[in-house]
Amino acid sequence: MRRLRLPIVLLLGALAIAGIAHGQPPSGISRPSNETGVSQLELGAELYAGNCASCHGVAGRGILSNATHQGVGGIRGRGPSLRGVGAQAADLYLRTGFMPLSNPGERPYRRRVLFSDREIRALVAYVASLAPGPGIPHVDPAAGSVSQGFQLFTEHCAGCHQSVAEGGYVTDARVPPIKQSTPTQIAEAVRTGPYLMPEFSKRQISDAELNSIVAYVQASKHPEDRGGWGIGHIGPVPEGMVAWAIAGIALVGLCVLIGERVKA
Amino acid sequence: VKRFLVALFGFLTLRRRRKPPEPAPTEPEHRGAENAVIVLLLLAGLCGAAFVFFYATSSISNQTQWLGLSLGVALGLVATALIVLSRTLLNEEESAEDYPSHEHPAEQEEIEQLVEQTGSRFTRKGLLKAAGGAAAVGVGAALVAPAASLGPVAGTGSLYDTPWKRGKRLVDVRGRPLAADAIETGTFYTAFPEGASRDEIASPLVLVRLDPRELRLPAARRAWAPGGILAFSKICTHAGCAVALYRKPTFAPIDPRPALVCPCHYSTFDPARGGDVIFGPAGRPLPQLPLEIDADGNLRAAGNFSGPVGPSWWGVRMRGPGNPSS
Repeated sequence: MRRLRLPIVLLLGALAIAGIAHGQPPSGISRPSNETGVSQLELGAELYAGNCASCHGVAGRGILSNATHQGVGGIRGRGPSLRGVGAQAADLYLRTGFMPLSNPGERPYRRRVLFSDREIRALVAYVASLAPGPGIPHVDPAAGSVSQGFQLFTEHCAGCHQSVAEGGYVTDARVPPIKQSTPTQIAEAVRTGPYLMPEFSKRQISDAELNSIVAYVQASKHPEDRGGWGIGHIGPVPEGMVAWAIAGIALVGLCVLIGERVKA
Repeated sequence: VKRFLVALFGFLTLRRRRKPPEPAPTEPEHRGAENAVIVLLLLAGLCGAAFVFFYATSSISNQTQWLGLSLGVALGLVATALIVLSRTLLNEEESAEDYPSHEHPAEQEEIEQLVEQTGSRFTRKGLLKAAGGAAAVGVGAALVAPAASLGPVAGTGSLYDTPWKRGKRLVDVRGRPLAADAIETGTFYTAFPEGASRDEIASPLVLVRLDPRELRLPAARRAWAPGGILAFSKICTHAGCAVALYRKPTFAPIDPRPALVCPCHYSTFDPARGGDVIFGPAGRPLPQLPLEIDADGNLRAAGNFSGPVGPSWWGVRMRGPGNPSS
């Protein structure tokens, strides 16, 4: 017993350290020390230099070459140019927590937003100032029609996001659910096409149609479950499995009845 | 659901505790049971035949429901017949007696007589066998009939009868002609042949535009994608679902390359390589449609598909495309 004590203490210590490490944010945000004292554009530029430039390059030119370029904080990253993406893409990526990535090879998924609201506004303004690009779109779900939205959603979005916006999979990537997205974020994503998502221009989906799509997604956040239980709203597969489970129990019950011995 | 399961379980356990009604072993009742079994088996055979009938006549409405109903009822009737048979007609009495020694042939004969008497509740064995045979033939035919749908093994020529031929204009969902300039990169479009039925399997197309420098088309298809615009059948070559997913990289050096993906089983096709399968169960490439741009700048078909459209079976897969694309 005595011989085991040291390894156990070491193990517990290691676990405690691992726990503390896990509790830390995935990546730190470098902030200017006098954040409240600087103007919005200055703050944006400083935050960009400290948190984005290692992958997106100086002044948003992107790092496209394979040459190992060591950026801020020693991060070696490659990333697309941000010139011309406008406030639209910057607002989407920052408010959903897609960016910053803790590792340049990571996939952008929704996570905890590490910047404050003022910091996000500053960064968005900075990215928008790099080159002319689309601004944050305005959506008005109240002006849209849910039934038209359902039709359009089925045609353009449901292939990946499922008919009730629960998300799913595409080869090599996860398709996020849209339940947490605000109307503005949905519109931004449709126009920007983040990560592997196709982008839809106004020629494909007009602003009025986009209003309807957003109205449908809002409606789908609280679907009417006529059966009483939505089973995750991810379609016929779980429904079929539940049906099979109930049918299986019924069949076993039937077998018990059939196999019951008749007392002569 | 939980409540339902509890109720079901309770029902089953209670049902077990109650004593089942004991069948009085009188002759007329056995006769009745025997008749019931014969009728049930004949009806089962009839339902099997009805399945074959519904299968052969595709013009009836709700065909699928009728098929399911007839086959389900047929199997249910066979099951009921077997239950009745085992419950009432098979002798389950157990009688234990010391086996007599060989020295008493008289006693042995007596036992043999006893054994012969048991199991003689069947009075019309022949009729029963005939009914069983009818049920077997009917249900068997119902089970074998769908094999007829395994397809034309001999000829796949009809699969090339598509609404597409040289000069056919492409239109969008609302019937408007598609201008080549309107097709952008990073997104996908659905297109149909102008003036043709959209319900036909070869009608719907999926259109994408790639940088012409990224294209790796086979040599014979060099001219099929004017301006990098590619058109493929929207019907997956695996199970015939609509290829409704398109993934496009935001940052090409790191992200996966552009691909058309079928949502049913994730067959993934590479548009830059002429629709080749890069992942999933599809056994052959997505058929590509050659395109051309007319004087008005609209997209038109420049011929027929590169291969047969729709899901695969052995007759399609084993044959090469061999398509007269004119």
